[in-house]
Amino acid sequence: MIKTEHLSKRYESVTAVEDVTFDVRPGEVLGFLGPNGAGKTTTMRMLAGFVTPTAGKAFICGHDVETEPLAAKQRLGYLPEGAPSYGEMRVRRFLEFIADLRRLEGPRRRERLDYVIQRLQLASVLEQSIDTLSKGFRRRVGLAQAIVHDPPVLILDEPTDGLDPNQKFEVRTLINEMARDKIIVISTHILEEVDAVCNRAIIIARGRIVADDTPVKLAARSRYYNAVSLQLARPEQLTAVRAALAALPSVAEVEVSERDVRLTALPRSGAAILPAVSELASSKGFALKELHLESGRLDEVFRSITA
Amino acid sequence: MRNVGIILRRELASYFATPLAYVFILIFLVLANAFTFYLGGFYERGQADLQPFFAFHPWLYLFLIPAISMKLWAEERKSGSIELLMTQPVKLWEAVLGKYFAAWIFIALALALTFPIWITVNYLGRPDNGTIIAGYLGSLLLAGGFLAVGSCMSALTRNQVVAFILGVAVCFAFLLAGYPMVINAFQSWAPQPLVDAIASLSFLTHFQSISRGVLEARDLLYFAMLIGFFLFTTTVALDLRKAD
Repeated sequence: MIKTEHLSKRYESVTAVEDVTFDVRPGEVLGFLGPNGAGKTTTMRMLAGFVTPTAGKAFICGHDVETEPLAAKQRLGYLPEGAPSYGEMRVRRFLEFIADLRRLEGPRRRERLDYVIQRLQLASVLEQSIDTLSKGFRRRVGLAQAIVHDPPVLILDEPTDGLDPNQKFEVRTLINEMARDKIIVISTHILEEVDAVCNRAIIIARGRIVADDTPVKLAARSRYYNAVSLQLARPEQLTAVRAALAALPSVAEVEVSERDVRLTALPRSGAAILPAVSELASSKGFALKELHLESGRLDEVFRSITA
Repeated sequence: MRNVGIILRRELASYFATPLAYVFILIFLVLANAFTFYLGGFYERGQADLQPFFAFHPWLYLFLIPAISMKLWAEERKSGSIELLMTQPVKLWEAVLGKYFAAWIFIALALALTFPIWITVNYLGRPDNGTIIAGYLGSLLLAGGFLAVGSCMSALTRNQVVAFILGVAVCFAFLLAGYPMVINAFQSWAPQPLVDAIASLSFLTHFQSISRGVLEARDLLYFAMLIGFFLFTTTVALDLRKAD
């Protein structure tokens, strides 16, 4: 379990993190969202025991990060921002070095090293020095390092940054697999990632928590929640359809995109407008290419609460 | 304690993973021998000892050791690997000791590679090998002292050039404290105990008394305390500023 109490970090003139309190239980994958500079990395560094908080406490599995740092660090796998490592080392030696520091021994050491090498597809670069690796490989070496000791708690600062879509998919699959019996915190500014792996999201802006909810509920705060989007087959109907939609009592606003002949009807306060819209379309004889219900846009919520 | 060994081995291997180790050893050997033969008049003196060899070590170390120590912590900070290291279950002092001893062992290796001069002097005459062993020990302790100062300077900054210059400057101050020009300048006005205190802070006086073959507890204690002090300061500096 991860727990923080009123965690704050102030530098001389700036407050990086202010009064952050949350806890994460097993089975939760917490996405830490926020614009660059919002305090995500500082918060994670405080959890990992790298930055000392100005005020407040952080606990990893019940161990205070400041007063019992070793016990906390033993239970933690941490991927620092940018996945730093020792560039001149070969991948195999680097992973062995971490395994030694993590006190992995005998058959278990061999088994865990084989597992991370296979899982993160590092077999082809084992004898290469880390400096010569591509960004994607370096990130995977960093991830391998974080999970080699099979820790109950994982903190990953931007785990998929710099990976190509296939590699992102692989890493997300890995996170989803590990989510069953671990506590995972990831930071990201890629919102699709939150949908893909997280069952909880905390949005942080200017050092403070501004939202803490499931991704679905967060998306429901969007103006687009329950909105109906339609694409017309005949562009000349655009004006007529727009007027007809705007006339519906439960529709608050209609947005038009002329480029792809698409209209989006936004409901008044979360009302269900799909039945009314589809009835309207069939009774007025609109030619539709597509009609669908929006589940809310996380990026729009993100922008409205962090801007 | 086991972590000291793990970190030490990693560090030592990293010296040899880049050209650094080979360049350093080569330059160290060339300069050490050039000083001995050209400036020290090894042959002209007509004495079978290694005094001209050891006499130049403080000046050689003054520039070469900060060149090794500057990267100890400044580089970790610059590359961000300090965050990786400090979030492993490792105590800060274990990391400080591991890195320090790796650098010291590396310099000991470079020093050991000067053995041909020891063979030469034994071939040419009958030197007092006890004094030569003491000379090597003194040189090694001196290197350890310089290195501890350098480690501390490296912990203060993320810029290796700054770490190098600070290292040279502080080591120079410690060297010079024992030179007659400094001692004389103080002798005219300062009370004798202060002059003695300044002189006793010097690397040079302790190094010279060891390399003359006089192994005294106070000289050994001096180096032990000096190294201990600067390594402790390194740990404190890192603890305060590791994430900056």
